[in-house]
Amino acid sequence: MPPLSTEQLMDVYRQMRTIRAFEEKLQDLVMAGQLSGFLHLYAGEEAVAVGVCRHLGERDVVASTHRGHGHCIAKGVDVRGMMAELFGRRTGICKGKGGSMHIADLDRGMLGANGIVGAGIPLAVGAGLTAQVKGTGGVAVAFFGDGATNQGQFHEALNLAAIWTLPCVFVIENNLYGEATPMEFVTPVRDLAVRAASYAMRSDIADGMDFFDVHAKAGEAIARARAGEGPTLLECKTYRYYGHYVGDPLTYRTKEEADGWREHRDPLARFEERAVADRVVEAGTLRRIDREVSALIEAAVAAAEAAPLPDPADVLSDVYVKG
Amino acid sequence: MAREIPMVAAINEALHVAMAADPDVIVLGEDVAGGGGRADQGIEEAWGGIMGATRGLLKRFGPSRVRDTPISEMGFLGAAVGAAATGLRPVAELMFIDFLGVALDPLLNQAAKLRYMFGGKARVPLTVRTSTGAGLRSAAQHSQSLYNITTAIPGLKTVVPSTPADAKGLLLAAIRDDDPVVFCEPKSLLFVSGDVPDGDYEVPLGQAKVVREGSDVSLVGFGRTVRTALDAAEILAREGTSAEVLDLRSLQPLDEAAILATLAKTGRLVVIDEAPPRCGIASDVAALCVDRGFDLLNAPVRRVTAPHAPVPFSPVLEDAYLPSAERVVAVVREMG
Repeated sequence: MPPLSTEQLMDVYRQMRTIRAFEEKLQDLVMAGQLSGFLHLYAGEEAVAVGVCRHLGERDVVASTHRGHGHCIAKGVDVRGMMAELFGRRTGICKGKGGSMHIADLDRGMLGANGIVGAGIPLAVGAGLTAQVKGTGGVAVAFFGDGATNQGQFHEALNLAAIWTLPCVFVIENNLYGEATPMEFVTPVRDLAVRAASYAMRSDIADGMDFFDVHAKAGEAIARARAGEGPTLLECKTYRYYGHYVGDPLTYRTKEEADGWREHRDPLARFEERAVADRVVEAGTLRRIDREVSALIEAAVAAAEAAPLPDPADVLSDVYVKG
Repeated sequence: MAREIPMVAAINEALHVAMAADPDVIVLGEDVAGGGGRADQGIEEAWGGIMGATRGLLKRFGPSRVRDTPISEMGFLGAAVGAAATGLRPVAELMFIDFLGVALDPLLNQAAKLRYMFGGKARVPLTVRTSTGAGLRSAAQHSQSLYNITTAIPGLKTVVPSTPADAKGLLLAAIRDDDPVVFCEPKSLLFVSGDVPDGDYEVPLGQAKVVREGSDVSLVGFGRTVRTALDAAEILAREGTSAEVLDLRSLQPLDEAAILATLAKTGRLVVIDEAPPRCGIASDVAALCVDRGFDLLNAPVRRVTAPHAPVPFSPVLEDAYLPSAERVVAVVREMG
């Protein structure tokens, strides 16, 4: 794979920074009582979504999880539409009907966040089936957490993708906790990637806090899928900064552990360190991107706050294509 | 031209017609090819579905569009939902509706809700063919009539044919519908024959049908219980009571106007369902009559259903379990 150009690297940084800023803003908005509902933030895991989605285009589909904002942004979903959705506005990307846990944009190949742990995995298999039957050359990626790998849907979906040699990549975001429960309490293997062996499927393990590592390994998996060589299970070791949901008291993990990940392994800091050391991007450029992203998020919030609310009569629209 | 063929053959015809007309239609499920396609072993054609409904599809349309799945209902139904949302028009076979127990999430939380949750952007043109009901001595886990569950989930449509001709036309309409449809095939009717038109035709979803005209009492059924109602009407006719029989055909959308129309005509209504009585279709129809047809009622609405019990195995017990024409007649007599 050729190295990324300066322009591409700036775009990578912009996406990761956008995810981080979006999520930090949501944290503030919920704590200030300005947003309602369940929110699960992606901050800390940015390198995974961006590292994988850099390889995807319009014909490719991703299926996501309850922690789905990062996948949306990495797949090119409009941040203003997302923010309006979280504010429950008519101008939201789902007209205010989905909210955080069902945020989606099929026009961008984003098959939805999902409130059911593991449920996006067979949906991605279905998208891979469509690509194969119709010969689109597309690839389907399922993102999911460590917790989902104990669901039946994970195993059933991987089996199907393997027997049909589907163009799918299954990306585990192993952030060490399923809700509050540590992974080792509920999972007998330390590397979840080993579960691919049951399905005679290729697997790989990436440092999910390192964009370059995720990008390289996802690139290989996606290229294989596109070439008709079948699916891959890619485990990315990562960490969620804000816990399971906004307001999580975080009583199940130590501050030292969380601080350690933030201080030593932060994906944005590590990206900057390497990109600047390699002299492909200047720190000043990144600070300019930071300011631009910050302005974008503020503008998205202002637009969402000013946007019209849904009409209560819309409760009944979109239940069926034809009633 | 119409020929007399069993319902399962009518379903098979509908699948052939739908797949020939639209390359996006695929068929997947347990044993839908059933191990066919192995010319090297002389096994080109095998099961073609447990009931034979998918026979001949593999040979005609090939293994890309006709796929045997593992015994993995949640996985392949979930994949069918994902395929439907991204451009295919899958027909998935859930061998028995009882298997909803291991496969509900893709229908309940995905197929039914994607369009709504995504603000109208998604279409999920999925058809789930499944067999329902008792009558084949297949006991408690292969005989249930769980269409009340799928009917209760907003976003899904549910249909239940009672004749081979309706089965073909309703299935073609279901496959071409842009919403997810659960197509229930009453097991006891699959090998009962009736006239079926040739070629390509649709029976619209959401339209009930008066299958016998009458003036004294309305008997409302669907699937297997249409036959029960017709048999009861025959007995009642000999006693001088004129019964009208309405076949619902679709449970969602429900043809409420047709139910209220027959009630307006007769003033008395009995609804017959082979499922247990709680939270079911019979209760739903009765509630509709009371809510919106109270002034039309000359007698209380009556329900004839299976009891609140699992389906038993022994033929004597299963026969006692199912609603019979005699029970319907007795209820009509009680209504005065």
